[in-house]
Amino acid sequence: MSIESTGGGPVNAEPVGADIDAPAQVPSNPQKGMFGITGTGDVSGFGGLVRRQPDVVGSPKPYGSYFDEVTDALQEAYPGFADAIEKVVVDRGELTLHIKAERITEVAQIMRDDEALRFELCSSVSGVDYLNSDARRLHIVYHLTSMTYRRRVRLEVAVPVDTPVPSVTSVYPTADWQERETYDMFGVIFTGHPNLTRILMPDDWEGHPQRKDYPLGGVPVEYKGAEIPPPDQRRVYQ
Amino acid sequence: MTSSGYATERETTEGRVFTVTGGDWDTITNNIDPLSNEKIVVNMGPQHPSTHGVLRLVLELEGETVTDCRPVVGYLHTGIEKNLEYRNWTQGTTFVTRADYLAPLFNEAGYCLAVEKLLGITDQITERANTIRVLFMELNRISSHLVWLATAGMEIGAISMMLYGFREREYILDIFEETSGLRMNHAYFRPGGVAQDIPDSAIKKIRDFLVYMPKKLKEYEDLLSGQIIWQQRTQGVAVLDVTGCLALGVTGPVLRSAGLAWDMRKTLPYCGYENYEFDVPTANTADVWGRYQVRMAEMRESLKIIEQAVDRLKPGPIFVADKKIAWPAQLAIGVDGLGNSLEHVAKIMGQSMESLIHHFKLVTEGFRVPPGQVYVGIEHPRGELGVHAVSDGGTHPYRVHMRDPSFVNLQSISAMAEGALLADVIAGGASLDPVMGGCDR
Repeated sequence: MSIESTGGGPVNAEPVGADIDAPAQVPSNPQKGMFGITGTGDVSGFGGLVRRQPDVVGSPKPYGSYFDEVTDALQEAYPGFADAIEKVVVDRGELTLHIKAERITEVAQIMRDDEALRFELCSSVSGVDYLNSDARRLHIVYHLTSMTYRRRVRLEVAVPVDTPVPSVTSVYPTADWQERETYDMFGVIFTGHPNLTRILMPDDWEGHPQRKDYPLGGVPVEYKGAEIPPPDQRRVYQ
Repeated sequence: MTSSGYATERETTEGRVFTVTGGDWDTITNNIDPLSNEKIVVNMGPQHPSTHGVLRLVLELEGETVTDCRPVVGYLHTGIEKNLEYRNWTQGTTFVTRADYLAPLFNEAGYCLAVEKLLGITDQITERANTIRVLFMELNRISSHLVWLATAGMEIGAISMMLYGFREREYILDIFEETSGLRMNHAYFRPGGVAQDIPDSAIKKIRDFLVYMPKKLKEYEDLLSGQIIWQQRTQGVAVLDVTGCLALGVTGPVLRSAGLAWDMRKTLPYCGYENYEFDVPTANTADVWGRYQVRMAEMRESLKIIEQAVDRLKPGPIFVADKKIAWPAQLAIGVDGLGNSLEHVAKIMGQSMESLIHHFKLVTEGFRVPPGQVYVGIEHPRGELGVHAVSDGGTHPYRVHMRDPSFVNLQSISAMAEGALLADVIAGGASLDPVMGGCDR
């Protein structure tokens, strides 16, 4: 199956902001045309429509809400702050800290232990594949919860394929299965993980299904004489 | 291969392997030489009536003591998160509802709240829609806890509890069916509101249920709490304290049974939970008994919330006013199930071309969601259900991850089981209330 023919996933396009210094903040979505038609079939003229993506960079200070307190406390407690934190983003009332991959365990340790931070619970670890928008296409997203202060923060790490990321299981043992799931689905290798094996897919499975260049698969279905194509090959209106 | 009673045995390079299909442990223990075979490995599941679904546990036993417990999951993985990426945002509810099949409305609620946060319409959700959501989530919490009580009872040996638990759950499923047309997998909550207004007949059923259920809860406690076997199978079994819970990410009733009153309906409220009066039950025993007491008390608190929500239901819209997001079709339950109402079909097919275009655009294409990412956590019957949704600005989700409490909580089964007796693995596993549909997604 060629990637161009897929409906829901992104199509091949020029990488947006594909430099090693800036992890992508939003997925690449070239959004060309309408009605899912290209070429001569398009008589509407909408095929030439191109939507512009918002060009978002890090948020400026002050961030508002409790976000200033969190970043200031982290800066105070962590001497490597300027080096480790690539970008701070505040969007939709949520704080995201983009962290350099090799520093994630240190940052997590301080986020958990510092008295002014106290993010005791690692709620979620998962991945997002920002294919085509960034050379470091695999993002690992950690959602931390502070039960003491009733706050949430998101740590985000971006790496290219095949670059390992230190495991946070030594700080948050709960990340064990969640990192295994991220490995299983995205192929992110967590160094220092006690048992990095597949968890949801069979052990002998090939490929990492949640990557954007992994096809959904499926077979056409016949219904009352008509053939319905599989979901990733149906016409998509966008 | 030889057969002795229920267990067949064969010699392998790793020692003697027994295949047990039921029956008596004596047939195995008699065949094992106690001096040379001290350790046996038992593979429990994935098809085992006491593992709460297709969960597989690889247990290493010394006598009846578990020395090592390794849970194996993934047997019910259906690729819900991947499938979502090929459908529009509204169709997503139909998928997420199938993850944790005992708490479908929570999956929908978490997903819808995330989409609404991405759209920036959280505060435009009408009061009636929020009240209906709270009402239905609490009914769902009771039905989920009832299945827990029923199956945990069965697994520990109180088989009659299973019959009563499932019987009362039918009451709740009837209310869901009356409103959404479906007993399970409702796809009833939609981004922007709920699919269908709640009919008066369902309100009447809920009021009847509020009278009926407290008596039944009393009956369950009369049946179980004083039972010496129930007490001995649950008290002091599968202990996990607050530190252990937080390290392993365990939330929900298991965390509250260890004494930490962490309930996101109180601590990080959503859907207007801050306007309801209820308590967060806790226990301090941190064992199966404590979890039983917490869940029983939670059902009573849910009844309190349901009563307040029913009283609070005022007539009004059930969807956001924004016509670019609100579902255009009025749904109605016909003889063949839920579908577009006849008035709506007559309007778009016979009267208004613009309505037809609008309907077509919104139903086939869906609405666009501005690019970005959000995380929403809600208090699921089993703990924190987190939904991380990423949009690329299009009409399809770019990525949706569900942090399911069953998945995270199951990690603690090794901590509970190792060093305990084999029978306590069952009680401890049951007390976590894992639902494999949610765990494996």
